[in-house]
Amino acid sequence: MSSVATPTPALSKEQLKAVDDILARLKGEPGPLFPILHAIQDELGWVPDETVPVIAKALNRSRAEIHGVITFYHHFRRHPVGKHMVQVCRAEACQAMGCQDLEAHAKKTLGIDYHGTTADGQISLEAVYCLGNCALSPSIRVNDDIVGKVSKERFDEVIAELRSAQ
Amino acid sequence: MTTRIYVPLDSSAEAMGAKKTAAAIVAEAEKRGEKIELVRNGSRGLYWLEPMVEVETPEGRVAYGPVTAKDVAGLFDAGLTKGGKHALSLGLTEEIPYLKKQERLTFARVGITDPYSVEDYIKHEGFEGLKRALTLEPASIVKEVTDSGLRGRGGAAFPTGIKWNTVLGAQADQKYIVCNADEGDSGTFSDRMLMEGDPMCLIEGMTIAGLAVGATKGYIYCREEYPHSIRNLNIAIENCVKAGYLGKNILGSGKDFDLIVREGAGAYICGEETSLLESVEGNRGLVRFKPPLPALQGLFGKPTVINNVMSLGSVPIILARGGEFYKNYGMGRSRGTLPFQLTGNLKHGGLLEKAFGLTLRELLYDFGGGSATGRPIRAVQVGGPLGAYVPESLFDVPLDYEEYAKVGAMVGHGGIVVFDDTVDLAKMARYAMEFCAIESCGKCTPCRIGSTRGVETIDKIIAGKEVGKNIALLNSLCDTMLNGSLCALGGMAPYPVVSALQHFPEDFGIDKTAAA
Repeated sequence: MSSVATPTPALSKEQLKAVDDILARLKGEPGPLFPILHAIQDELGWVPDETVPVIAKALNRSRAEIHGVITFYHHFRRHPVGKHMVQVCRAEACQAMGCQDLEAHAKKTLGIDYHGTTADGQISLEAVYCLGNCALSPSIRVNDDIVGKVSKERFDEVIAELRSAQ
Repeated sequence: MTTRIYVPLDSSAEAMGAKKTAAAIVAEAEKRGEKIELVRNGSRGLYWLEPMVEVETPEGRVAYGPVTAKDVAGLFDAGLTKGGKHALSLGLTEEIPYLKKQERLTFARVGITDPYSVEDYIKHEGFEGLKRALTLEPASIVKEVTDSGLRGRGGAAFPTGIKWNTVLGAQADQKYIVCNADEGDSGTFSDRMLMEGDPMCLIEGMTIAGLAVGATKGYIYCREEYPHSIRNLNIAIENCVKAGYLGKNILGSGKDFDLIVREGAGAYICGEETSLLESVEGNRGLVRFKPPLPALQGLFGKPTVINNVMSLGSVPIILARGGEFYKNYGMGRSRGTLPFQLTGNLKHGGLLEKAFGLTLRELLYDFGGGSATGRPIRAVQVGGPLGAYVPESLFDVPLDYEEYAKVGAMVGHGGIVVFDDTVDLAKMARYAMEFCAIESCGKCTPCRIGSTRGVETIDKIIAGKEVGKNIALLNSLCDTMLNGSLCALGGMAPYPVVSALQHFPEDFGIDKTAAA
């Protein structure tokens, strides 16, 4: 079982260069921090702590402020995650159609808890509060796509498809 | 002859396999040498029928659903391109009762047009409101919106025209229009459906707002959980700019309006307007004290109109047809229409736009077809995670802002989440407090600490520990949160808790008299 405390790898020269490019491109925007953090996470898969002082310097803000923003929002991650992100909706409309059973099933079959990543590095599991698919609950999100009316069997199919697609 | 076939690109339709269905239709048509033009439209909102395929025929559009990829060959055998009969036939789309009985103003185009096509948008009354607004003085545009009776569709129901008037009157070198597209309430998806299915409606509404108050720049703050909405908005913005309806010198009027989409980052609290503004500015989403009102000191300290997607999406038709037209729908002080979203344990979940004033019973049984599980409907949460749990004894109260407030509930953003008789309301009450604890911004004590103490107290009640004493404590805590919180998160999280306690005391192991 993996956990949140996965050691974080040091950034390569290419990755640092990518961060610099993002900063150069976006720091002139009004309220640039969000676009910058999104761009870094989209590029690297997470927002490494090493980037905090770099961002702070570029925006002339304190490291504490940048750290504060990253940790306030659920979406920004300070650790690498698996190749595929699977999110299980826990909100009321999904609860009305039995998402608690689906949550338990997801954790059991993947062998991980929320915020965890499978040992093969393929799949990370997160909870989410509403995907806007409430008429077809329970729902999960797989990367950028939603899957509706997810039974345990359907969940297993989706995971198998992800694993075979590698 | 080329036949036009529609398969929705809506996230929920794709959640049921619409992408694969669309690909299968293209492949099958090619194999058979039949000429088709595939259009990816928005969803009609009849979600239990998704993926719903429509075919254009001389009689009108004919629908089939739900159509999965494996049904496609059979449909072609039955003469799909001519609208032929098949087990999945639903007849003429416009005649489907669920759709026919609606009053679609804001959603008039959704499911009908190609969301990316300016031409298609114009063909269906698109930009009529903008064109009219360009001939009016700013104060006359605001007056039209005030006259329509439109109230904030995000949930707070503040009169839109009054908000706009404050911004119009403010003096500043720069003003902003901000669209709150952080639709985080469970049981709601109307914003998403409009952004995916008719993004130009929102773009037009925001541009009109800009003309009305003198703002030249707009931001759409869309939640991260809606990647398809963000994609569609960006494509639609680009197409509108190219066609001259957005950007510099709109339709040669000399007026400018630039629109930018900003992506959220998974914080429910950013649906609160001041927290949203903090987020756009690149800060933690901490709620601001009011005053100053955002209308006077909003984004980057400048006068700002901040409205929900549904409010801004209602503006084009109000300008195109006049405030009086819009006002003729609805009841009491709730004018116009509301897109209700039927979700959770229902046979026919979907979106239904109707004038205010119909009842939950009509929604649940006439439209929703009763529970999906076939068991009796026991509780309905109306208005999102901060809305009350409504028991059957209140199913006949008309859906109207004031009528709902009278019974301790709220209409909110129109989300209706249905539970059957297996629901445990004590658990749902606990979840409401847990959710508030997870999503609290932490600025004010009643919300930050109160929600955690709420979870603990409900746990004690569920475990049967000093139940009477803990119920009294919980009621007192809810009172403190309700009256002492800075914003609606802490201020309304007690609604589901108190309503559960009031209407379903047996779930907490107590009888009615002890709950009061």
